Amino acid sequence: MSDRILGGLGLLLAIFFIWQATLIKESFISDPVGPKIFPIIIGVLFAVSSLAILFRPDEEPEWPEFSRLFEVGLTIAVMIAYAYALPTAGFVVSTAVAAAYLSWRLGTPPVKAVIAGVVIAIGIYVVFHLILGLSLARGPWGF
Amino acid sequence: MDTLSALANGFSIALTFQNLGLALIGCFLGTIIGALPGLGPSNGVAILIPLAFSLGLPATPALILLTSVYYGAMYGGRISSILLNIPGDEPALMTTLDGYPMAKKGMAGEALALSGIASFVGAFFATWGLVFLAPQLVKVALLFGPAEYFALFALAFATLGGIASRNQAKAALAAGLGLGIAMIGVDGQTGVPRFTFGEVHLYDGIDFLVAIVGLFALSEVFIFLEHRGTAKATGDASGIKLGRLTPPMSMIKQTAPTMARSTVLGFIAGVLPGAGASLGSFIAYSVEKRLVDKHGTFGTGDPRGVAAPEAGNNAAAGGALVPMLALGVPGSGTTAVLLAMLLALNITPGPLLFTNNPDVVWGLIAALFIGNLMLLVMNIPMVSLFVRVLLVPPRYLMPAVAMISFVGIYGISGSTFDLMVMVFFGVLGWVLRKLDVPLVPVILGVLLGNQMEANMRRAMTISDGDWSALFASPLSIGLWLFAFFGFILPIVAGRFFRSKLPRTDSEADPD
Repeated sequence: MSDRILGGLGLLLAIFFIWQATLIKESFISDPVGPKIFPIIIGVLFAVSSLAILFRPDEEPEWPEFSRLFEVGLTIAVMIAYAYALPTAGFVVSTAVAAAYLSWRLGTPPVKAVIAGVVIAIGIYVVFHLILGLSLARGPWGF
Repeated sequence: MDTLSALANGFSIALTFQNLGLALIGCFLGTIIGALPGLGPSNGVAILIPLAFSLGLPATPALILLTSVYYGAMYGGRISSILLNIPGDEPALMTTLDGYPMAKKGMAGEALALSGIASFVGAFFATWGLVFLAPQLVKVALLFGPAEYFALFALAFATLGGIASRNQAKAALAAGLGLGIAMIGVDGQTGVPRFTFGEVHLYDGIDFLVAIVGLFALSEVFIFLEHRGTAKATGDASGIKLGRLTPPMSMIKQTAPTMARSTVLGFIAGVLPGAGASLGSFIAYSVEKRLVDKHGTFGTGDPRGVAAPEAGNNAAAGGALVPMLALGVPGSGTTAVLLAMLLALNITPGPLLFTNNPDVVWGLIAALFIGNLMLLVMNIPMVSLFVRVLLVPPRYLMPAVAMISFVGIYGISGSTFDLMVMVFFGVLGWVLRKLDVPLVPVILGVLLGNQMEANMRRAMTISDGDWSALFASPLSIGLWLFAFFGFILPIVAGRFFRSKLPRTDSEADPD
């Protein structure tokens, strides 16, 4: 079933892609092929392989149960929040929180996870910023 | 003798304090990355690229660092294979078959030492193969015009999909996805925006480094999250005694022919587009088993069964660098990631690399020789150091990996938008891996898409829009035929061959 969904979505994506390709505005300078043809070829390749998957699906993969999927979703949300928090809260604080969360969800007891988060954040800050001189996000406190 | 003097020149470049230091760091990190289950050569190198890039390393040192990681990972994978029965990375899968039984017999030290020697032999001769074969391939590649290059790119996708994956349709889908992503942004030839939907961030296209780190590194975190608490990737190396770290001479003598054959086979598997180190070790092991396993000892701790896959995968790792450097067409996951490094540094691999930047190529090759020696020392006398690293549980390791991925991408652009794109690719990579869709064609598509289109349009411009020009020269016809059969034959005849490839959890990619 998963493969049929993949094939179906792929087909829709291919149709959308080809439709978008036909909408590309041509420039007044152009080569014999133009900017549309190659994307259309790709779209056709994508559509054909989607059809093949749709009609000859593989065996079903093992999807995790719902609670795990929810957890993956939550982690994605944390990562997105992390990306937004970086410029405002600074590197060390946001990284400590995100790393602690990840470590906790991967099975570390809460207190140890917080310690792990702080150690990871400071470790990366020391190695990459202080030693290697990489520019990291600066927060209101400068780190 | 041109080659040898170029190589000597390469040594003078590699033997600087900085480059030696980088090779040492790379070898060390690579061995760790290889040894840790869950981090393989392709995601290890993927994480380090943005870092090397934002640290502002010039081309040669950056390449030396990353290829040392690549070679090191090929060594490191065997450590957890032998001690834990968990392959540290994909190519080391075959090493578990005889390595772990040897360890259980109390010969862990001998197995580690022997596999270290086999790795050295494989990598050493494969690097010589690279020295002599790459310039020959460059001579052929100099005859290529745009039409031939277009066919060559098609060949790379076809063989990658045909030989290396279990489901050709999914490989084709992955290639289409990657190529489609490459189309996003302003068209290089006419300057019109494509698939940007008015979003300014998309005018430059999707940065392939962002895509690679997301697909390879971040998706690994989701895999671990999903498998938390299960047996996958947790092991205990504390109970194993290493024993003596020198294999008896008789064992080396017994395995020498095996190493020789496996090196040759592995190298060939590596050079062929689409077959990486995983296939190299698989072929080496199965051929040896068929050839010398007269008493059915393979699988029960036969030293030859340890030497074969290790010589095979290290030789394949060297071989895979040949098409990447000489043609600009990578044949495996990790070489695709290395290609991304070169492209990020504005260096186009291929025949021109050898004429325009000979110091990059030969400095790199010389560094590989030096790195290989370092690896031999690290992996036999100092192996117990790495055994201790194996005790770091993934629940501490993976958060660090994720955070370093973010640091690397943020270091390049400092933009939240890129981090979002990376998270998107991380999720995409996780879903694709669940569905057994290989990721390497996606990366290859993102990397090569624009060049492929440019070559096609250049060929069309030369022929003034006559499509038959793509199939005009004997060279391009040969490449198209090779591509066609590389894709079709495995579908027809490959059921037999591929069914024997061990099916692993989620990997559809050659490393």
